[in-house]
Amino acid sequence: MKIAVLSDIHSNLEALLACLAHARYHGAEQFVFPGDLLGYGADPKACLEIIAPMVNAGAIAVLGNHDKAVLGGMCENLAFVARDAIYWTREQLGQPERDFIGALPMVARNGNAYYVHASAASPERWTYIDSGVAAAKCMQASGSPLTFIGHVHHQTLYYTAGGGAAQVFIPVPGVAIPVSRQRQWLAIAGSVGQQRDGNPAAAYLLHDLQRESLTFFRVPYDYMSAAAKIRAAGLPERLARRLEKGN
Amino acid sequence: MDLTNLRPGSVVDGFRVGEKIHEGGMAVLYRVEREGGEFPMLMKVPRLEFGSHPSCYVGFEVERMILEVLTGPHVPRWVTKGSLDDTPYMVMEYVEGRSLHEYADLAPLSADEAARLVAALATAVHDMHRQEVIHLDLKPANVIYRMDGRAVLVDFGLARHGHFPDLVEEEFHKPVGTSGYISPEQIMGNRDNPRSDLFALGVILYQLCTGRLPFGEPTTLSGFRRRLFLDPLPPRRYVPDLPEWMQEIILHCLEVEAENRYATAAQLAFDLAHPDHVPLTDRATRHKRAGLHTIFRRWWRSLRTEPDTKAAPTTHLAQAPNILVALDTGTGQEKILQAILAAVRRAAAADANCRIMCVTVIEPDISIEQDTGHELANSLYTRRLVELHHWAAELQLPAHRLRFHVLEGTNAATVLLEYARQNHVDQIIMGARGSSGLRRILGSVSSRVVAEAGCTVTVVHAQKTA
Repeated sequence: MKIAVLSDIHSNLEALLACLAHARYHGAEQFVFPGDLLGYGADPKACLEIIAPMVNAGAIAVLGNHDKAVLGGMCENLAFVARDAIYWTREQLGQPERDFIGALPMVARNGNAYYVHASAASPERWTYIDSGVAAAKCMQASGSPLTFIGHVHHQTLYYTAGGGAAQVFIPVPGVAIPVSRQRQWLAIAGSVGQQRDGNPAAAYLLHDLQRESLTFFRVPYDYMSAAAKIRAAGLPERLARRLEKGN
Repeated sequence: MDLTNLRPGSVVDGFRVGEKIHEGGMAVLYRVEREGGEFPMLMKVPRLEFGSHPSCYVGFEVERMILEVLTGPHVPRWVTKGSLDDTPYMVMEYVEGRSLHEYADLAPLSADEAARLVAALATAVHDMHRQEVIHLDLKPANVIYRMDGRAVLVDFGLARHGHFPDLVEEEFHKPVGTSGYISPEQIMGNRDNPRSDLFALGVILYQLCTGRLPFGEPTTLSGFRRRLFLDPLPPRRYVPDLPEWMQEIILHCLEVEAENRYATAAQLAFDLAHPDHVPLTDRATRHKRAGLHTIFRRWWRSLRTEPDTKAAPTTHLAQAPNILVALDTGTGQEKILQAILAAVRRAAAADANCRIMCVTVIEPDISIEQDTGHELANSLYTRRLVELHHWAAELQLPAHRLRFHVLEGTNAATVLLEYARQNHVDQIIMGARGSSGLRRILGSVSSRVVAEAGCTVTVVHAQKTA
């Protein structure tokens, strides 16, 4: 059984379709969306039209900070461009979409895997996991051998050692990394819909239950179309350029 | 179930346990068999009981992770693993053959014998590096020779896979390895350099040729650190009739600074297989350690932390390819020779650690009487060799990056393909089907080499003038 973890889609339909096709080709049978389905991109409705039926059929999705912002509030914590995108997204969604987002849980468990958008230590505070110390706190709170998160857009793998801060490892795309159950692992799946490392290719990971391994992937997709739609929708230019440049 | 104390005849997950063949501080080994098993197998069980060294567990976890993904004749074939929770074991091929340890006990060996053993070992190490793994604990006890002479590496408990998290590094925060064989950079905490394995191969060669360990077996950190600045006594001090080429090779492997060693195990294997072609430097005739000035400079350097050279093994190998250049120097086709020269120059500039093997093939002349034939062939051989050197001089590369070979054979393609296979060639550069006289030989040669070589082949065309 292989589970595809697709995080931070951010309303990017082209990237979502490319990653889903890639994951299915590589044998994914289950799908997990650890939050931030919305925000930034120009296709919130089309993305939810794909994701909602999958969730109804058993896929797992949890709430991200951008998803929560779409439901209401002032969004003071978000940057201006992100805020503009949230206001725009609110106008696109109807009641069924809002109901779907509103019903998403903060965290989810499946076997020995734990899914949350930001950190298991305090899910509603949207903490960024950017250090071994923060990663260790998150793993301790989840209590599971495997914790999958998004929020941070860089693919990263943390793991516990003797104690104290977790160790950090930057995965090489396409390499299956064995994750023994004897320690705890925290995988940041990367972002499907918005890159920040200079490489515009979409990111997700595949969790192989039989082989007990994680494979991080980078998938090229048609970011030119995604960026063109952002411009056509009148969303901030910065968001379109970001997809083209990958940062 | 206590797997470290199994009785012969008991069964674990379908494996019938046989004789206990090793009981060490870290692990216990049993012969095992299974219905339908195609080769002899052994089961390795770590000591995980309370009070055992933490490295037992990490070593087991690391070996299990790495051995499972390694393939080929130079590692024991992987069979399966048990659950880490209640039946921690792994089952692999039981390699029948002689351990290098047995040879080391007979040291000093002849230079030829040592070269043969370590050339096979270097080939195995190169295969590991190609598979992204640095062994980092090479020593005679971890090498077994199959009946056909190929070397097999065992015990990957301290190994490093360039694409996996390094569980050893995070666990110990101090140098890990075997005191006699550990490289200077490992002592500094660097576990990312494939050339660390080449240092260990140098220690093994030294040991086989002299019967001594070049750095002894220190037990303290300061004892370990001595090799950061103090180089070993040249082996010819102990064995005066050791050939100079062997001392050259040994001291080349034992260079303190990793970038001064052989770039790849393949280059070392080549030199051990072709000792006549090793260019001798001052290493060959040195009879004492480096001077105080050098020692002081190295000591001073060793006090500061090393810049971390993070490169996965395959990334390193990609910058140090063996490039075979097939030349037909005797035909006077200057244009194509110049075009090949330009192509090789580009390759040499792109990969600063590449080695250029300049090769030409001559037909053995059997038409005349044996004596004269031999003499004639010899002179042709010499002429071709001189031409190869002449051609390569324009590359202006240091001697250690060039090798020259005049090969004999009636079928040039077969000879080139065999040479490329045996010497770990990564790329072949050769001339295209030329005009006139070249067509007969090179035309068929290059197309066959392109079709059958197991590596990249670049076929060079001479630019046509319009």
